[in-house]
Amino acid sequence: MTKRFLWLEWKSFFRSASLGKSLGLKIFMGFLALYFIGMFLILGIALFPLLKKLYPEEDPMKIANRFALVYFSLELIFRFLLQTLPVMDIKPLMILPIKKRKVVNFVLQKSLYSYYNILPILLIIPFGIVAYLKGDYSGWAMLGWVIAMFSITLCVNFFNFIIKKKFTDNLKALIPVVAIAIILALLDYFHIFQISVYFGKLLDYLLVYPYLAVIPVILLVLLYKWNQVNLQGKFYLDAGIKGKAVKANTNSFAWARKFGSIAPFLQLDLKLIWRNKRPKTTIFLSIIFLAYGLIFYTSDTYENMHVFAGIFITGIFMINFGQFVPSWDASYYSMIMSQNIPIKQYLASKMGLITFSVVVLAILSTPYVYFGMNILLLNIACALYNIGVNVPILMYSGSFNKKRIDLDKSPFMNYQGTGASQWLVGLPLMVIPIFLFWIINKFVSYEIAMGTLAGLGIIGLILRPSLLNFLVSCYKKRKYATIEGFKQKGE
Amino acid sequence: MITVTNLSKAYRGAKVLDIEHLEIPQGQSFGLLGNNGAGKTTFFSLLLDLIQPTTGSIFNKDVTVSESEEWKTFTSSFIDESFLIGYLTPEEYFYFIGELRNRNKADIDSFLEQFNDLFNGEILGRNKYLRDLSKGNQKKAGIVAALIGDPEIVILDEPFANLDPTTQIRLKKLLKDISVNTQTTILISSHDLIHVTEVCERIVVLDKGVVVRDTQTSAATLRELEEYFSREIAEG
Repeated sequence: MTKRFLWLEWKSFFRSASLGKSLGLKIFMGFLALYFIGMFLILGIALFPLLKKLYPEEDPMKIANRFALVYFSLELIFRFLLQTLPVMDIKPLMILPIKKRKVVNFVLQKSLYSYYNILPILLIIPFGIVAYLKGDYSGWAMLGWVIAMFSITLCVNFFNFIIKKKFTDNLKALIPVVAIAIILALLDYFHIFQISVYFGKLLDYLLVYPYLAVIPVILLVLLYKWNQVNLQGKFYLDAGIKGKAVKANTNSFAWARKFGSIAPFLQLDLKLIWRNKRPKTTIFLSIIFLAYGLIFYTSDTYENMHVFAGIFITGIFMINFGQFVPSWDASYYSMIMSQNIPIKQYLASKMGLITFSVVVLAILSTPYVYFGMNILLLNIACALYNIGVNVPILMYSGSFNKKRIDLDKSPFMNYQGTGASQWLVGLPLMVIPIFLFWIINKFVSYEIAMGTLAGLGIIGLILRPSLLNFLVSCYKKRKYATIEGFKQKGE
Repeated sequence: MITVTNLSKAYRGAKVLDIEHLEIPQGQSFGLLGNNGAGKTTFFSLLLDLIQPTTGSIFNKDVTVSESEEWKTFTSSFIDESFLIGYLTPEEYFYFIGELRNRNKADIDSFLEQFNDLFNGEILGRNKYLRDLSKGNQKKAGIVAALIGDPEIVILDEPFANLDPTTQIRLKKLLKDISVNTQTTILISSHDLIHVTEVCERIVVLDKGVVVRDTQTSAATLRELEEYFSREIAEG
């Protein structure tokens, strides 16, 4: 049976409309993956001697154990941001004589082979071996430790699925969890209640009583079961259409009327965002990422990274929403193309909406003036750059989009687009201005560098009408391919 | 009104549609018949410039559809549910289409009154999104939306499929009224011989992309069509 599922996966990847795009991305991600594999392996081998050198008085294993909790927490955060949940379209399988449990097991076990589970192995096993060879621990002790650590990593894997599901179903449910985590982290940081030390002490017991490794293994099995039950419970189509009884939200965004000829489209887009779960999360993300500046602006060492923060903060909605234009309208794209809608107006309204979002985010980020007038000015320059340069770039790349986004139907565990590739698309939008800023700042001056970004933005804004005409011709050229691609359902 | 010349559509060399010449005058109610794969939806998609013709072109009131967007102002259509915007309520959808066709809210409200029977209380004022309506009700909403703004050409792909019997009868009456009382050109495709012969003045039969019959509807048409479509079975 597993073989058949793998066959299905293979077909769905190679026959999908976005093969070209995903293949290119996959190759790029492959290089990144190799890089991290190398880094983890080197770290795994070098960590033990390194700890010995840094803390000559202490037992390196105990130091490692003390940092374990921090490591696992970071792992969870990274997995949460980057790891996509395993996806499978179950509808065609539901009526076939295949046991639900088999499908669920396949999906869960597939996740075990995830890249994010291979990396920790490269860290844990070499570390265990080196510790065994260079330290004075018994083979059993290290074996127990390695098994325990790896089980915990896999626990993180499955735990991530559970919170990720909770997150997408109900964003607010996550707030208390995050709050507790932050409180614990703060208590730890100020040495009031050092949970990481206690966790480390627990791990220390492993070295004395290796058979205790059974506990994380049991925990892993329990988490697996939890996921299994969770998924099996969702193995009904109702789970996907449960919102049916919900009354329609009739907010018509009448205030958007003021925008003239693009008003109907603007209202439509606002409804699109407000009434569908996936685009709605882009709004929440934008607000959460507003806090991003706190990381970068608090230290002067990352002056060039201030540009990154500026582009990111003011453009997070632009990146998340803009890169899926026109896929948001995929389910009714043929209607858009045959109704009385000039493509120009359609694009103008999308650009208008994104520009509007950049302006709002720029205004919301003004409190960062606390960190200096320069920060505020740079933020504004970045916002201008986003509006003038990045918006047209995104729109242009959008003309190549032909991957459908299903707004209304959410197939079994469909969290498409919340993975690593989403962030990669945003990369050129940030790398170019950072590079420009860096080079001008280095050879000319900070003010000129800032002015250049703003200037480029303003030029883009002035050229927008002719850029728009160019974009229209691109979208017209790609129209048939786009319609064709959007007709293809599923992943 | 609509002129088709040398139109063909091929996928990887295999022709799925090949029409040398076809003219549909203004005000005609035009029916398209054919088995699955005969090219009906392909033809309508070409008319709406949703796919690119391999050869030839379509002129919609002297506008070449694959070159200009002008035809959009007087042509409206409902091909399938992908013409609906799932996250809007039916009213919002009608108002949206109305705005695209320069009709304000009041125009739409009075326009919708004539469809109260057709809607049967299941579409308006229910506070439901289009995506949550049944297939049949979605179709009703789509067809009515295609009639908004007095378009000169209305294209409906299989309008009778998925509808309940009562609605089918109502829809037939509605389409007949439109074709008698206005100068609207209606293009309909269907698998149902009876419906098409009742509604359409002219019936074209496609087979593997080629026009095999083109007749004005008369009393004998239904019988002839039935004979035509059972011919293969008889031969076999």
